[in-house]
Amino acid sequence: MSKYNLDYLDELEAEAIHILREVAGQFEKPALLFSGGKDSITLVRLAEKAFRPGKFPFPLVHIDTGHNFEETITYRDKMVERLGEKLIVGYVQDSINEGKVIEQKGKNASRNSLQTVTLLDTIAKHGFDACIGGARRDEEKARAKERIFSVRDEFGQWDPKRQRPELWNIYNGRIHKGENVRVFPISNWTELDVWNYIRREKMDLPSIYFAHKRDTITRNGQLMAASPFLNMDDADVVTNRMVRFRTVGDMSCTAAVESEADQIDDIIEEISASKISERGARLDDKVSEAAMEDRKKGGYF
Amino acid sequence: MNILKFFTAGSVDDGKSTLIGRLLYDTGSILVDQLEALQNSNRKNDDGSIDLAILTDGLRAEREQGITIDVAYKYFQTGKRKFIIADTPGHIQYTRNMVTGASTANLAIILIDARNGVVEQTIRHSYLVSLLGVSHVVICINKMDMEGYSEEVYHNITEKYKTLLAANLKLNDVTFIPVSALKGDNIVHLSENMPWYKGTSLLDFLETVEVTGNQTSDYARMPVQWVIRPQTDELHDYRGYAGRILSGTFKVNDKVTVLPSASSSVISKIEVFDKAPEEVTAGMSVTLHLKDNIDISRGDVLVNSAYLPQRSQLIEADLCWMDNKPMDDTITYFLQHNSKLTKCKVREIMYKVNINTLEKEEAFEFKLNDIGRVVIKTADELAYDLYSENKANGSAILIDSRTNLTVGALMFRAIVE
Repeated sequence: MSKYNLDYLDELEAEAIHILREVAGQFEKPALLFSGGKDSITLVRLAEKAFRPGKFPFPLVHIDTGHNFEETITYRDKMVERLGEKLIVGYVQDSINEGKVIEQKGKNASRNSLQTVTLLDTIAKHGFDACIGGARRDEEKARAKERIFSVRDEFGQWDPKRQRPELWNIYNGRIHKGENVRVFPISNWTELDVWNYIRREKMDLPSIYFAHKRDTITRNGQLMAASPFLNMDDADVVTNRMVRFRTVGDMSCTAAVESEADQIDDIIEEISASKISERGARLDDKVSEAAMEDRKKGGYF
Repeated sequence: MNILKFFTAGSVDDGKSTLIGRLLYDTGSILVDQLEALQNSNRKNDDGSIDLAILTDGLRAEREQGITIDVAYKYFQTGKRKFIIADTPGHIQYTRNMVTGASTANLAIILIDARNGVVEQTIRHSYLVSLLGVSHVVICINKMDMEGYSEEVYHNITEKYKTLLAANLKLNDVTFIPVSALKGDNIVHLSENMPWYKGTSLLDFLETVEVTGNQTSDYARMPVQWVIRPQTDELHDYRGYAGRILSGTFKVNDKVTVLPSASSSVISKIEVFDKAPEEVTAGMSVTLHLKDNIDISRGDVLVNSAYLPQRSQLIEADLCWMDNKPMDDTITYFLQHNSKLTKCKVREIMYKVNINTLEKEEAFEFKLNDIGRVVIKTADELAYDLYSENKANGSAILIDSRTNLTVGALMFRAIVE
């Protein structure tokens, strides 16, 4: 083995830190998109490693659908206080009030797709030229084709046919006025890598990632947390189950899995043995084979 | 456990996507919901079995046309290693995508269709592997099932490859494996159909081959990406130079030179977040502190004073052109070399390589996917190494200042006096 060989987590970490520092060096007004999920929590940890003892050269930006898991918001506020960094929140409710988007109707209504408008408005309002996100290429096959520096046009759109070649470890962040770049420092991480990193770094997570008792209903074959945000009716049978969440998004589109794993070791074991992919628990990806590609073209994260 | 990055070269007809699909499938890396999506898909093999190629074709246009257009990254791991696959299209019109995939790979898999043997495309793919300096090459002779698993067919192809290409292109580490991606022979499990083959399965080889980094040089280089200056009361004088080490080792008390200013100092402290190690090596993202307060900013590179890099404004380089708009030697491009951005012009086209025959041709223009040797002139002096000695410090990209697109890949080959 070569003497320069790094352990895989060290290599992934070093690559992500390099990318974050390139963002700091190349852009005037970057931002870190923070969802409260484990991937963006990992990004925050990596930003600490990249820039401490200095301040982050960007604020954290949260696009709040209003349909949150309470645990996520509690976690977010505690984390921001510990970090002493700036948090900017863009509210989907504001976009609804301003008439820019219309709340979906019906049983499968979700604010997930409405987020895109709020996100693009928030980017425009603050003039962000780069938005750091926690997307990974292993999540979904359209994401597998996206660059680490991914240019969005004035309308926030991703054009898969006009992607810049990304060679060696050189990232071209040059853009025209009005355009912005989405940057994905953990592109090359898998779900399991993220969990192994969280364990290694002894990072805190919102409690909903660990097994807990919760009222749930079954919707389209998925377990959903019973909440005022789901349009429930008499056909929905509420059952209290031991569950945890593999991804954290809007309450109306994030499904739970039945699990007894309340420790990180158990979760890692469970994921290693799992036969269902992480985004299998996201209703938003089930619409069609190209659901993610279409949303990304429209400006989604 | 470490990471092996590899890329695959070959066209759809060679069964490239099927080979990757087979690796993922046979290592249990495909999950139930992904498999369900596959089974529901309309694309099937002629015998009705699942078309494993669909796994890697992520864009709608690719599925519709049954071709790979762009680089797709795939991930899997075994008990021994984590793998990152860059799945690149093999057709000549996608040469730039293959160059992109090859630029970060430790290993290349080139597919040869056993029925056709060494063809024009094999020459092209092998040339690109050699151009980009990929450390290991695996030649998979695929579709052995359609040639009756014949040892003779395999033998003829490998001999032809060795004499025709491996020697000419100076490919040192070439391994040949006879496979059938469709049937799974010698991919994950050794095949019972080819008892004459005494080597390992493809996966076995990938799991055990030594990973060499992106550099062969031991000379310490670190481009400065960002200067950390908290400017708080308690950290008033803190000044840390943040970057990722391209090559070599930096130790506390090492004498270092800052380029291009050429001022020197000594490393007083090394930080990796909350730790302060005595030494750090290639691949690590670190923060260095110097004894003297000298002017250093993004774009500068810190090097070990005992081993200085090349410094010049004129450089001979191999260029791969990546834009639809041809190269224009009358305009000024941006050149990005690690964290350094400067202006540059293409001063001279020395020759172009016909990548199907490997012949050098006189050239007056550079169009999409053209590859050849040029002389570039930069506005600022660059501190670089030759690509053959240090990939990371010997490569750069060209950016069109009008469109901001990445239009060229440069590999530095010689200093021009």
